[in-house]
Amino acid sequence: MSQIHIKQGHLIDPANHINRIADVYIAGGKVVSVTHEPAGFKATTVIDATHKVICPGFIDLSTRLREPGQSRKATFKSEAIAAASAGVTTMCLQPDTNPVIDTPAVAELIKELAEKAHYPQIYPIAALTRKLEGTELSSMLSLKQAGCIAVSNAQQAVKNLLILRRAMEYAASHDLLVMFRPNDYWLGNNGCAHEGAVATRYGLPSIPEEAETIALAQCLELVELTGCRMHFGQLSCKRSVIKIYQAKKYGLNISADVAIHQLHLTENDMIPFDSSYHVLPPFRTEEDREYLRQGLATGTLNSICSDHQPHDIDAKLGAFPETEPGVSSLETLLPLMLKLVEQGEISLQQGIAALSENPARVLHLNSGALTVGYAADVCVFDPELTWQVNAENWKSQGINTPFWGQQFKGRVTHTIQAGKIIYSLE
Amino acid sequence: MTENIQLNSEGKLKHFLSIEGLNKTLLTEILDIADSFIGMNDQQIKKVPLLRGKTIVNLFFENSTRTRTTFELAAKRLSADVLSMSIATSSTSKGESLLDTIRNLEAMFVDMFVVRHAISGAAHFIAQHTSPHISVINAGDGQHAHPTQAMLDMFTIRQVKPDFSNLRVAIIGDILHSRVARSQIQALNILGAAEVRVIAPKTLLPSHVESLEVNVSHDLTSGLKDIDVIIMLRLQKERMTSALLPSESEYFKCFGLTEAKLKIAKPDAIVMHPGPINRGVEIDSKVADGPQSVILKQVSNGIAIRMAIMAMAMQKQGAVG
Repeated sequence: MSQIHIKQGHLIDPANHINRIADVYIAGGKVVSVTHEPAGFKATTVIDATHKVICPGFIDLSTRLREPGQSRKATFKSEAIAAASAGVTTMCLQPDTNPVIDTPAVAELIKELAEKAHYPQIYPIAALTRKLEGTELSSMLSLKQAGCIAVSNAQQAVKNLLILRRAMEYAASHDLLVMFRPNDYWLGNNGCAHEGAVATRYGLPSIPEEAETIALAQCLELVELTGCRMHFGQLSCKRSVIKIYQAKKYGLNISADVAIHQLHLTENDMIPFDSSYHVLPPFRTEEDREYLRQGLATGTLNSICSDHQPHDIDAKLGAFPETEPGVSSLETLLPLMLKLVEQGEISLQQGIAALSENPARVLHLNSGALTVGYAADVCVFDPELTWQVNAENWKSQGINTPFWGQQFKGRVTHTIQAGKIIYSLE
Repeated sequence: MTENIQLNSEGKLKHFLSIEGLNKTLLTEILDIADSFIGMNDQQIKKVPLLRGKTIVNLFFENSTRTRTTFELAAKRLSADVLSMSIATSSTSKGESLLDTIRNLEAMFVDMFVVRHAISGAAHFIAQHTSPHISVINAGDGQHAHPTQAMLDMFTIRQVKPDFSNLRVAIIGDILHSRVARSQIQALNILGAAEVRVIAPKTLLPSHVESLEVNVSHDLTSGLKDIDVIIMLRLQKERMTSALLPSESEYFKCFGLTEAKLKIAKPDAIVMHPGPINRGVEIDSKVADGPQSVILKQVSNGIAIRMAIMAMAMQKQGAVG
């Protein structure tokens, strides 16, 4: 097995409070030292990390690779390359595939697809309710045993609170993490844009913040009632951040993330009727974005996810409300995080922690850190390297990004997953 | 917000998709050109050769009688070859995408599309994806815009009250779902109206209606004070079943325009309605057919304004002037 020596990089490992120039030694798929060369170590590969950052590989809490069922949008093969090139070493897949991840067979199929794509660290998230219909519980225990890391109802709202309560109780009985994107079905009213000035001007069906905050408030009550371990995903507005802050202070066992693009774009950035800005939850106001950024800086929101949703061209080709929501976002994850650092919103350590240490804690995984003995999931990036989002550089099959054509700073040069180099920038 | 795809590099009209992004000079030019066409209505031969040899396709993905007919007449009076298609019941129901429908028609050497569609942004989308030589005129898209209707309304107002800067205009009814209202508000503000007031219950107003630069009232009686122009909007029956309103009769009681309520506005106020009218729901027949109503005038003016807009959009190709 290969032995990798990463030389003289700026090592940032938030979980171990390391922030200095260091070497990382990898052998047998594991981190063996971050201080001195271990006895008998014989590097088969040396990576020169001078002027580069070495950090734990990124863990994405919400990803869609579109298989099974929608390989016209993306495949494990195409997206595994995109993820590797983005420094992502672990992905959690939302259950809204076709068929839905609600039987062990589908979970096993996903494991197989991951192996075939030479990207083993893919964790399916099981459906919270059968077919995501919100009416019957899924076989959560069997799904957990088949390798599902959590349960979620993806973008589908659970309309009936009694069902949601029972699903949470059942998940709690098996110590399953529930991931939840709060969204009240009725208040959401099939909207496609934030209920604000832009939707008013363009006559777009709109989604008020309350579709999120009311569903969030209800769910927080159910967390207290059921004692379930809860992670709220892809929050989009000011009052959600405040609610999470208060609930944590009150003592509830919860965590929360924000999708990377929500930390940058608002309704005012939307080019009229440009479907690459069609995303759920919708881009909201500048004030909401400020609170999301503060929430991240203060730890109220502990993780950043990509909420990667690659689409085929046809899915985005139409009048705005009729197009499919979602952004292909794995590859802009790191540069957009670095932009927050450059803008002084968060420190580099915080940004890296939100992509590695913190999601690992949410998932109860022994990863997200370069601790000796842990699987060697490592990302090496050049924080100064500029690149353009264009066909030449882009790996994902989905080119649906509002950042297309933009120039970014910060690029991954090497990605190591369990001691194996899965990406190196040519 | 971004570049205006409606104008060509010389600032001339290429597409007519929304009022937003157009300036007062251009809107006034449309009204002036329409003025020059209005006389034609009384002539024996109601035709000019401005668009001879051009092919215009009316693409109506949503049903309409008035708008489609006036567009068709306008095109014919400009001597264009015109084809009207109701697609609500043809290709798209067979699963063909909007873009495929457009591409197929494009292949038949069309010069202009007049589009009506139930989804906001559809005309915009078509304009962005057609060949560069094709002009797109928006004949109403979802809840977004109906700019030719707004322009014919401005034209009708100007015939009676030439100076916009003195005018207080009230738009009454279902603003939330109205593409007509959005376009009218923009046109009135660009043309410099003294005040645009919207009068409706909260359930029929967009959440951030003030951002459209209007004053808001929920009461017709006080709302009509000092008003010069009253624009009534059509109320769709679905609004009752979707819990936006309790009943037609209660709506008429609160927001229906009756002779008594009309007296609150200025004595020379005019009454407008984009049609089709729901008599006894938003407007009393006595008002709709009364001396202050200019509703039928709006319909006649529709032809001249659409001729003006089609001629201007084709001008870029040297078809006119």
